[in-house]
Amino acid sequence: MPKELSTFSVLYRILARDIKVALRRQSDVMAVFFFFIIAASLFPLGSSADPKLLSAMAPSVLWVTALLSCMLSLSRMYSSDHADGTLEQMMLSNQPTVLVVLMKILAHWVLSGLPLVFVAPLIGLQFNLSSAELQLLAISLLMGTLTLSLIGSIGAALTLGVHGTGVLIAILVLPLYIPVLVFGAGAVNAVSIGMNPNGALSLLGTVLAMALVFAPLGSAAALKIALE
Amino acid sequence: MGFLASNYVLTAKNLCGVRGERLLFEKLNFELSNGSVLYLEGANGSGKTTLLRTLCGLSKPYAGAISWCNENISELAEEYSKYVLYIGHLPGIKEDLTALENLQFSLALSGEKFNFTEATEVLKLLDLAKGLNLPTRMLSQGQKRRVALARLWLQDLPLWVLDEPFTALDADATSLLKQKIEAFASAGGMVVMTTHQEVSIKVPKFEQLRLDA
Amino acid sequence: MKNMETKTGINWLQINWLRYASPKTFYPLAGKLIPWCATCAVLLIVYGLYLGLFVAPTDFQQGEGYRIIFVHVPAAWFSMFLYLLMAMYAGLGLVLNARLSYMMATAIAPTGAMFTLVALVTGSLWGKPMWGAWWVWDARLTSELILLFLYIGYFSLQAAIDDKNRADKASAVLALVGAINVPIIYFSVKWWNTLHQGASVSLMNAPAMAAVMLKGMLIMAIGFWLYSIAVILVRVRCEIVERDSKTTMFRQD
Repeated sequence: MPKELSTFSVLYRILARDIKVALRRQSDVMAVFFFFIIAASLFPLGSSADPKLLSAMAPSVLWVTALLSCMLSLSRMYSSDHADGTLEQMMLSNQPTVLVVLMKILAHWVLSGLPLVFVAPLIGLQFNLSSAELQLLAISLLMGTLTLSLIGSIGAALTLGVHGTGVLIAILVLPLYIPVLVFGAGAVNAVSIGMNPNGALSLLGTVLAMALVFAPLGSAAALKIALE
Repeated sequence: MGFLASNYVLTAKNLCGVRGERLLFEKLNFELSNGSVLYLEGANGSGKTTLLRTLCGLSKPYAGAISWCNENISELAEEYSKYVLYIGHLPGIKEDLTALENLQFSLALSGEKFNFTEATEVLKLLDLAKGLNLPTRMLSQGQKRRVALARLWLQDLPLWVLDEPFTALDADATSLLKQKIEAFASAGGMVVMTTHQEVSIKVPKFEQLRLDA
Repeated sequence: MKNMETKTGINWLQINWLRYASPKTFYPLAGKLIPWCATCAVLLIVYGLYLGLFVAPTDFQQGEGYRIIFVHVPAAWFSMFLYLLMAMYAGLGLVLNARLSYMMATAIAPTGAMFTLVALVTGSLWGKPMWGAWWVWDARLTSELILLFLYIGYFSLQAAIDDKNRADKASAVLALVGAINVPIIYFSVKWWNTLHQGASVSLMNAPAMAAVMLKGMLIMAIGFWLYSIAVILVRVRCEIVERDSKTTMFRQD
């Protein structure tokens, strides 16, 4: 029987499997989604319902909440595959580990980052954001959440199988998330104060491009160390 | 089987294995060729699993080298994975997926196309006909094990690295697996395995290696 | 250990430099260096403080309060420099799989974190009279704070992994990732600061630099450098002893 599947279709299977498994365990995906909605709603209750104040703090509140939501699901990124041995099998696949890791990252993004891109503008309405701001919020989250999944993957891989993983990942990953937060929330803030957001967006894009290059390499190295 | 046409050699030179800060084995030398079955023996903690993981490329040897057809496996990287079928201590089965979906994924990882009817036949042979469309979470330990082992019937790779393949299997499955290993070896495959069960595998090129000796 | 095979007659090429990469030979060498570094460090720091506190002129704008920069600025330099040095040793460890490199990286981290903390504390002490607040979200101070977070991450990861071998390698990867991020973080914080019109007074450009001040700061920096070497070597020696007691079974020298 000759080898028949192309690189593309092997990688597609890896991505599709993760999404299929997640859809059979919807509670995990939904939890992240609901966390975002609930946590974001707490901020007005903790400050005031003043529309001006709300719209001033909305970019940072929504961005920080999105960042925390993405981070919450990081510990699951590799750990369940590690526990049942499928991670080992993926490391032994005939494709480079870097590409396998990239698929795992993409799956994580589709399942926990991408939904936020759609729901964040809705929550933004509650914070009295203008339509230009809402648009920028969605665009910056679209680029930013992918970057968060990429960087977070390194933290998830480094802490694989370590006890107390959840909090540890937060400590490792949050400082690395700062540029994403600064440029992401900065883009929305720029619109709010009537500036051009393109500068912030292109910086966010630069960070994304760098993460796309380095994060899979770092995660693959970290996974090899963890499985040794 | 496709790989019969070629001759393969797996060589271990001066292998030394360490776990944590403990030396498990050192200066191991062996060579396997088509048709060899290598039986690793040793007490718990003697480093059998470490050696198996090293042989399939998951762990790096602390010292020494492993080569496949005279090329170091760490240089071959994923190229080497095209020849190795590893079934580890963990079955490598996703509990949310059905047996067939799991097998399809396993085959995809080594770039092999999945034949639905063939896979169904193999699962039936392994007495899993009833669980075909259930998530593997519903299966017993031994049944999960059999789903993982079904890869041996479906995949076409010349080197099998099996960690305790007989664990949790009943008498019927054990003898099926034993026959499969013998057939595979006589067709030119190579096997490295560990087991605690008394299973006598009868092949011409049978070797044993004690790790705690 | 392989001998370097060189046919040249130059003596120093025949010294086996790699020999010092082995913990066993490094240990006594480090032992000899420590007292020298420590003594010089104390002398230089005392002299630097003397220059800074007594010789340097009073700043007409900031009064005596500015003198804290003789500690703050060198500490800030070293917090950054030691992080990069740590990442370099970590990278070297990953490439060469050398135990000593990992030990160096591990030993550098606490000193780097200490300098970061010193830079933060002196920065906020200086900020109180200058800005009227203990903390101002100034780009430089904020970057120091994030650097401290990076150090904390490094420690936490190392502490969480029981297997020493894995802890070394995993924290090395983290250090490298952090080192790639340091310039990006620094830039992003600066960018953020200008966007939000943060504090415009900076500790560095406030007083016009007199020659004697620069001299004082450089002497302090060299003193800090020697102090770091001494402390790091002590820590590496401890690490060697600690690990060696567990691994005597497979020492290969």
